[in-house]
Amino acid sequence: MGIEVRKPGLSTTVQDLGREGYYHVGIPPSGALDLFSLIAANLLVGNPERAAGLECAYMGPELVFSDPATLAVTGAEFEPRVNGRARPGWTSFDVEAGDVVTFGHLKGGARLYIAVSGGIDVPEKLGSRSTYGLGALGGLHGRPLEAGDELPVGSDAAAPARERSVPGELRPALPRELEIRVIMGLYDHLLTDRGRSTFLETTWKLTPVADRIGFRYKGEKLEMLEREQPFGAGSDPSNIVDAPYPVGSIQVPGGVEPIVLHRDAVSGGGYAMIATVVSADMDAVAQSAPGSQTRFLPVDLDQALTARRERNERLAQLRDALT
Amino acid sequence: MEEPKSTRYSWGGDEYLFVELAEEMSMGAYFRSMAIVTTLRERRPDGVIDICPANASYQVRYDPDRLQPQTLKRLLQEIDGEVGDARDFKLETRIVEIPVLYGDPWTHETLMRFRDCHQDPDSTDIEYAARINDFDGAQSFIDAHTGSPWLASMVGFVAGLPFLFQMVSRERQLEVPKYIRPRTDTPALTVGHGGCFGCIYSVRGAGGYQMFGITPVPIYDPDQALPDFSDFVCFFRPGDIVKFTQISRERYDEVRGEVEAGTVSIRQRPTTFNLRDFTADPEGYNERLLEVIHGD
Repeated sequence: MGIEVRKPGLSTTVQDLGREGYYHVGIPPSGALDLFSLIAANLLVGNPERAAGLECAYMGPELVFSDPATLAVTGAEFEPRVNGRARPGWTSFDVEAGDVVTFGHLKGGARLYIAVSGGIDVPEKLGSRSTYGLGALGGLHGRPLEAGDELPVGSDAAAPARERSVPGELRPALPRELEIRVIMGLYDHLLTDRGRSTFLETTWKLTPVADRIGFRYKGEKLEMLEREQPFGAGSDPSNIVDAPYPVGSIQVPGGVEPIVLHRDAVSGGGYAMIATVVSADMDAVAQSAPGSQTRFLPVDLDQALTARRERNERLAQLRDALT
Repeated sequence: MEEPKSTRYSWGGDEYLFVELAEEMSMGAYFRSMAIVTTLRERRPDGVIDICPANASYQVRYDPDRLQPQTLKRLLQEIDGEVGDARDFKLETRIVEIPVLYGDPWTHETLMRFRDCHQDPDSTDIEYAARINDFDGAQSFIDAHTGSPWLASMVGFVAGLPFLFQMVSRERQLEVPKYIRPRTDTPALTVGHGGCFGCIYSVRGAGGYQMFGITPVPIYDPDQALPDFSDFVCFFRPGDIVKFTQISRERYDEVRGEVEAGTVSIRQRPTTFNLRDFTADPEGYNERLLEVIHGD
């Protein structure tokens, strides 16, 4: 059982829920940037939540199936097509041997997830099938898919006998204007008061530099304190002695163009981080497309934990609806 | 050694607790970080996912569904108090020898391509670094670079990349600014330097550190084909001690041959690093360390 990649799309990688426990040597969690959508796709086809699927940025691939399978497509809004005929998103559907799966144009969001019954069966590396591109680790040969690749599919499929669909109210909104909750901190004391209010009051525009490593935004320059730099930190006011970077942390090299690190994050470096996106909003960051507008909304730890509980409840509702 | 300042705790979202031990880099701050992290690993509570030591800071990734953030913070504060200035901390580690071809053709080709990103477009990186550190030429600079050991104070940025802190008094530490604008390309295994930190680029990619040379030995092997990587994909671990050794082009080609044949192995010896003894006599201590790697 396999899938032939006829066209890879722009950047399509094998991802599961990621690998944990290696960040201290620079290997980031990786895994689906929008975890909710990957979990939904897996549940739709009867897979365990941690099965590997495909994450496709901005454009869908063209895939040919060698055997019958059940598929589900979630995440960004793209119309899935089987031999040219439209199928619904967020709903399981069957394909036959020889069927060709393609996608329409992106209508909302940024990243599409494809689950196939049995899961993409590449070998596990350090406990995960996720692709970490910078380190050429995991996935299919440690890299995005290319035309001509053959994707192995697992055989222990338990595809549901009937069609499953994610209820409308559980599907994420894919707005072009986002409010992303952050906890201020880390090195935000290197901002002047004015720099801090500029950060929170600016409507930031996502640039095309938005990939699995990080999302870079354009807006105002942030004023940073002039100070005598500590030994080892480097000469720019935004430099610090190289420190670990939380996934979701926001750094501002030179005070311009903040970068939100995502799940293929560089694990540390010498730029001041001034805030961190709360875990509950990382899926929304993943689905923001270049050109979309983002405001960063400060919350405290308790509010972040409440947001986390709400997301966990939404995942529980998803499981109830699909199993 | 300066007195430890009060530790600063900051939430990195709801999954990370970031801890800064000092604003500036020093052996004292680094060993406090290592001592705290070592104790935390021993007492690792359920829900701790990643423990990441860095130069003068560390962070812990945890699962707040399993471990209360405030409980974790209290534990770290308790350990911090026990560790104190870490003056008596002993680190079980190893010293490793990294052969370097300085002024090699590959980093030279790359640095020439990115002269417009550099402070001094008319020099090479090593000539520039030698001049601003008051050496009388590239070879004297190389002698200083290879003359004393370095501590892998942090591993990261990308998989397996060591940040290296030179184990000499601050006056003798090599300091070179990073490129004015980062390069989009750096050969894999480039030996570089930025600020007070040396590094070895584990993979090819973007970078802003000055480029001095290249090592023939892989330090990251995702396929785990080489014997040094049979247990893990990264060679370096935080706390490793590194000795650079200058090699000729002939020796470089020989070692590359061993890499191709799959037989290459990085020379390494176990050692215990004792901060108190080091602080008392850094130069004498370093000489003894170098005997460990060279003695058989």
